[in-house]
Amino acid sequence: MAEYIIKNGHVFDPVQGIKGDKADVAIKDGKIVKDNEVSSKAKAIDAKGKTVMAGAIEIHAHIAGPKVNVGRIYRPEDKLFTYTPKKGNIRMAGGFSIPTTFKTGYEYAKMGYTTAMEAAMPPLFSRHVHEEIRDTPIIDEGAFPVFGNNWFVMEYLKNNEIENTAAYCAWLLRATKGYAIKLVNPGGTEAWAWGLNCLSVNDPVPYFDITPAEIIKGLIEANEYLGLPHSIHIHPNNLGNPGNFTTTLDTLKLAGGYKAKNKFGRDQVMHLTHTQFHSYGGENWGNFESKSKEIMDYVNKSKNITIDTGNVTLDETTTMTADGPFEHHLTELNHLKWANVDVELETAAGVVPYIYSPDIKVCAIQWAIGLELALMAKDPMRCFITTDHPNAGPFTRYPRVIKWLMSAKAREAQIKAFKNSDKVIAATHIAGMDREISLYELAQMTRAGPAKSLGLSGMCGGLKPGMDADVVVYDFSPDKPVANPDQIEAAFSRAAHVFKSGVEVVTNGEVVNNGNKRTIWVNAKVKENPQVMRDIQEKFLKYYSVSQANYESLGHHFVPNPYAIEVDATQ
Amino acid sequence: MTKTVTDVVCPFCGTLCDDLEVVVSDDGKQLTEVYNACVIGTEKFLHSQAKDRVTRPRLRQEDGSWKEISYDEAAEYTAQMLAKAKKPLMYGWSSTNCEAQSMGHEIAEMVGACVDNTAAVCHGTTLIAVQDIGIPSCTLGEIKNRADRILFWGCNPAHAHPRHMSRYSIYPRGFFTGKGQKSRKMIVVDPRVTDTAKLADVHLQVEQGRDYELLNAFRVALNNEWLPDVVAGIPAEKIREAADLCKSGRFGIIFFGMGVTQTLSKNHNIDEAIALTKHLNEFTKFSIMPMRGHYNVTGSGEVLAWQFGFPYSVDLTRGFARYNPGDTSTIDLLARGEADAMFTLGSDPGAHFPISCVKQIAQLPSVCIDPHQTPTSGVSKLHVPVAFCGVEVGGNAYRMDNVPIDMRKVVDPPAGMLTDEEFLTKVRDRVKQLKGLA
Repeated sequence: MAEYIIKNGHVFDPVQGIKGDKADVAIKDGKIVKDNEVSSKAKAIDAKGKTVMAGAIEIHAHIAGPKVNVGRIYRPEDKLFTYTPKKGNIRMAGGFSIPTTFKTGYEYAKMGYTTAMEAAMPPLFSRHVHEEIRDTPIIDEGAFPVFGNNWFVMEYLKNNEIENTAAYCAWLLRATKGYAIKLVNPGGTEAWAWGLNCLSVNDPVPYFDITPAEIIKGLIEANEYLGLPHSIHIHPNNLGNPGNFTTTLDTLKLAGGYKAKNKFGRDQVMHLTHTQFHSYGGENWGNFESKSKEIMDYVNKSKNITIDTGNVTLDETTTMTADGPFEHHLTELNHLKWANVDVELETAAGVVPYIYSPDIKVCAIQWAIGLELALMAKDPMRCFITTDHPNAGPFTRYPRVIKWLMSAKAREAQIKAFKNSDKVIAATHIAGMDREISLYELAQMTRAGPAKSLGLSGMCGGLKPGMDADVVVYDFSPDKPVANPDQIEAAFSRAAHVFKSGVEVVTNGEVVNNGNKRTIWVNAKVKENPQVMRDIQEKFLKYYSVSQANYESLGHHFVPNPYAIEVDATQ
Repeated sequence: MTKTVTDVVCPFCGTLCDDLEVVVSDDGKQLTEVYNACVIGTEKFLHSQAKDRVTRPRLRQEDGSWKEISYDEAAEYTAQMLAKAKKPLMYGWSSTNCEAQSMGHEIAEMVGACVDNTAAVCHGTTLIAVQDIGIPSCTLGEIKNRADRILFWGCNPAHAHPRHMSRYSIYPRGFFTGKGQKSRKMIVVDPRVTDTAKLADVHLQVEQGRDYELLNAFRVALNNEWLPDVVAGIPAEKIREAADLCKSGRFGIIFFGMGVTQTLSKNHNIDEAIALTKHLNEFTKFSIMPMRGHYNVTGSGEVLAWQFGFPYSVDLTRGFARYNPGDTSTIDLLARGEADAMFTLGSDPGAHFPISCVKQIAQLPSVCIDPHQTPTSGVSKLHVPVAFCGVEVGGNAYRMDNVPIDMRKVVDPPAGMLTDEEFLTKVRDRVKQLKGLA
């Protein structure tokens, strides 16, 4: 493999504590090495006056699988004016909020992202998710199977059977080639199968007679019993409703008293995702207001919790979630087309287009809340930037979100541009905030932080010798004052150079190589558990519509280049 | 001695049954018996054993006779035809696996082809309706475990999807439907007294082509508003009773077929059917699902969508993907004489298209890739027989509810035969050379 040495750039690497010092980064055999370990043949990249960081990590996005594809199928309008033609070996690519798989890989790479997690994989559809991941070039990907409404999980946890829950989780991660334990509206989505919902952590789930709180606590315990690389990853109950911050606090409090047990350097036991959608005050859309402070006060003092933001980007987009009842609620609200899929024994999903208009007060308040969360975060290693792609906006808007976070001037301009800016200012904290996120903090929020939370800190998110050579050079000088905040957006939109596992995939903002992407999954070994195996067999015989032998994602077609993280929970 | 392969997936209809058992000879070369499949599925497996099967590509000669050629020569002919054409049409894709579809799309992208699947003459109208209004749906296991109201609208599963009712919709005893058929009410809407209609609790014998009116009347009845005495040939009282029956269920589903998608009003029928489903969700839980025909037509739509953003009738001739059914759809391209080469795989347009379109195929440079001899192979210049997907080669396929199931190989194909994917790979590599991309 080619050797590279990236010379004289301003390096930002929280893993080694480097805060913009001039340094060289050397690449050999797909890994970062000490700069005296490359030969004289190493290709030199001049990064003088530029910013050098590790490849960024997406901790939560809906980029592959059945609901994403429903979005593509039922929104031909999303492709309008977006297509780029085929060029050499680079495939044609199109779509805005739900880009084609090729575009997904290319766009992430151009912004300097090298790893991404698909946030909700319905286990029965894991083969579909993996086919799309296979067709998404360059970036390493993992996928989180959903467990929060799974019949096995609810039946075991009703009797507080943690060991059985853990054995089942390990089996399902293996069968679906999944990465982590995801919960979406725990209990509420099962209730949705009867057209109902669970709006608090104490609402009982119909028939199963268990509460969301019991499901959440049980899955935290099962997760730590297994010692998985990531913690539980939760989309709590009551998403998107005015006043829902109390439900969010109730959910966060369930993590109290638990301590992370794993060998991957992860400290948290709960990751709360797209927190923006869960930080709402008020009783209705009229007196809707930000409760970011209440949420962040709790998060800041709770070291065993990480969050991501879910920033609204003020675009027309496509919402999609395993929170089936929420999407029905949303279609009743905006009267745009509604797709829904209930998945036997496991989950559901809904899809509805949405327009976050700067002229609508509620949308502008949502925009403010997302930014407030990041600006109030005391520990950038525990608060990550996402747009919950495509729910609050497409991931291609990260550079714009970064601009808003790094420049108070840019925020001020946007606040002024809102139609209802006075009302927005009154309902939020954003106007008085002058914090600007530094490049070092940005590297924490988009690289080292998510890597640590995912249990991948030994592999990516940093530039320490021995780590994967995922390296980005941005045409952005930390020395010069930023005259126009749009320069920030431009620089982070198109990286000057991107290396993925030591291969140069982007040069001057253009994709030059389809890379050698991997599918990351977690292989957790547990003690033999005949009861769980018998329960699985029984459910397939009686209630599933496919046979157990045809359930697993197996073989080259689905996971052509697997990277399995081994976990041993047999002791 | 023989051996039995279990959990075999049936490559016939969109029901994609995956509980078949197939008996094969010890050397894995002969298939002797098929268990659990319906009569059509059984035939599909047994047909692979036909003694008169064509096992090598054949090129049509001047005098109308066939000449056997090698797969390499066939790949050369196909690659040349596609590379030279200005607007080649690559049609079919519904009876093959997703791997072959992916490979075909790569070729289509290089040569600038129109790619279309059988939805164009089947559930394409459904897709247009879904693009208008969305679709609340579910997996077939949900029907089995929960559904107590089943509507079959313009479809006849007793004949077209023979195991649908026993595996998923009417007879099975699921988790919340322990009494099986007794826990369900079945409504059939069909102008004909079909074998499905004979099983129904309620048969609404709609006047032919009046489905839109009846669907609309259902919605009026849900709101308890005024109805004329008779709508679409059905007395108002009967419509109200049927609407109340739907409302009173815990979990309902509308299955619909070509009787509504390809009759008068087409996509507007489906618009209204989906609006009715959405409306019913104000009272109880309701879903709707198209009864997809070919076993992997759903998969073709899925793969096209994640690779190009559209589920069928995708035009790549301009170097980027366009979608405009009526303009970029197969029948229209053939009828207008726009396509200048015809490539067919995994479908039989010769048997199903209007005769003017079939005549058009006969006049064009054309390749038909199909394990069987079909009316399409009969009018094509080149016939490339391949291994039977789902019998002689595995691969992924999508059931009518979009659930992906990996098919199994149960026997070897006749010696020297290629699979769809293998043949297309040869074509792809040759096209790359011709286009200077290798």
